[in-house]
Amino acid sequence: MIQKLDYLQESPSQTAGPYVHIGCMPNFAGIDIYGGDLGAQMKTGAVQGQEITINGVIYDGTNTPLRDVMIEIWQPDAAGLFPSANETRGTPDPNFTGWGRAPGNMETGEFMFDTVKPGAVPYPDGRMQAPHITAWIVARGINIGLHTRIYFDDEDQANAADPILSRIEFPSRIPTLLAKKTGEGAYRFDIYLQGPNETIFFDI
Amino acid sequence: MSLIKQTGGYVPRDRNWQPDALTPAYKTSIKRSPQAALLSFPTTLSEESSPVFGHKLIGELDNDLILNHAQTGESAIGPRIIVHGRVLDEMGRGVPGALLEFWQANAGGRYRHQKESYLAALDPNFGGCGRTITAGDGSYELRTIQPGPYPWPNGMNDWRPAHIHFSIFGHGFAQRLITQMYFEGDPHIKLCPIVDALKSQKAVDALTALLDMHRTVPMDSRAFKFDIVLRGQRQTYFENRKEGL
Ligand SMILES: [Fe+3]
Repeated sequence: MIQKLDYLQESPSQTAGPYVHIGCMPNFAGIDIYGGDLGAQMKTGAVQGQEITINGVIYDGTNTPLRDVMIEIWQPDAAGLFPSANETRGTPDPNFTGWGRAPGNMETGEFMFDTVKPGAVPYPDGRMQAPHITAWIVARGINIGLHTRIYFDDEDQANAADPILSRIEFPSRIPTLLAKKTGEGAYRFDIYLQGPNETIFFDI
Repeated sequence: MSLIKQTGGYVPRDRNWQPDALTPAYKTSIKRSPQAALLSFPTTLSEESSPVFGHKLIGELDNDLILNHAQTGESAIGPRIIVHGRVLDEMGRGVPGALLEFWQANAGGRYRHQKESYLAALDPNFGGCGRTITAGDGSYELRTIQPGPYPWPNGMNDWRPAHIHFSIFGHGFAQRLITQMYFEGDPHIKLCPIVDALKSQKAVDALTALLDMHRTVPMDSRAFKFDIVLRGQRQTYFENRKEGL
């Protein structure tokens, strides 16, 4: 018998279901435990850079807000450094976690992140990427978590030079990845799972 | 001398193995599944990094669902079980420091959630959530009660097999995963439209925990073994060369 490649298969994904809050944000679900929910605060003190908020709603194919969704974001600090164990390029902002987790509001579906504008980080080939936040969405009816990215509509130059944005087959869909500036330090990023405005999702 | 450098990016997800977004028998997926092709690209620093969850985060009872929501001197009702296993990557290496969060219905099949309406009784001593962080070899364990199967609105008579939901956070955002653990021998596994989103019997088996008599605590708890596999990161070998040459 010839040799085998003895790699393992990634565990198959299953939907987070309607009660993902119980496991991932129990205090939001009304279960008083752990002294608070992980990812609810991205700032643990005075942060460097521009503080911003990102609000949005995730819509299904009937334009109904998802009210049982959980969205996570992960991003570098204002200098482009990740608060990650494998960050070797410098010392990230000690008061910034880089990671946020939010529910959709149970009535309106609205989510909100209180964070900082991310700095730019390089692509594997060394070119700079436009400032962006990576996002991951799970909910009832979603069999495998959806990855997308939040770029910013006030970063025209960086967006035009971005190695990923510039490679998108259908440029008319790029605006689905741009958070819209709605005020000083305020952005809006609505996500559409289907339809003419379907957000670009990533296979990363 | 050789240097192993784990910056070759994550191995792509096997989309022929993972469930599709659209699985019509699971009705909610119909309007919640993207229809355009996913945009494929190699992982970058954004996906190859992740927050650090230290062991200090975890309280003494966080992985004990029998006690972590119970009044002093009381405990959750139901068959007492231990669930244990390892978190590995696709290369078979243990993943230390992975954050596992788990949630489940109580022994009657009822969740503690304001949108839950199943008539089975709530257990005042059961919250239904727990968490832990894997040890240096990727191992973990938790103690809980065996959850009950429950009905759900999909077809006119759909029941979920008994299951525990798992959320897993490894070392890269690319590894982020939520899945469910099923129990060996449950006849509902074959009937469930959510399980049926999986593409093969092998995939179903990968989520089915076996009874593990070796880890059973006599006169106390039975045990089930459930290993979890996260995406692997390519290794790049540099033989007597400086990086970049
Ligand atoms: Fe469930």
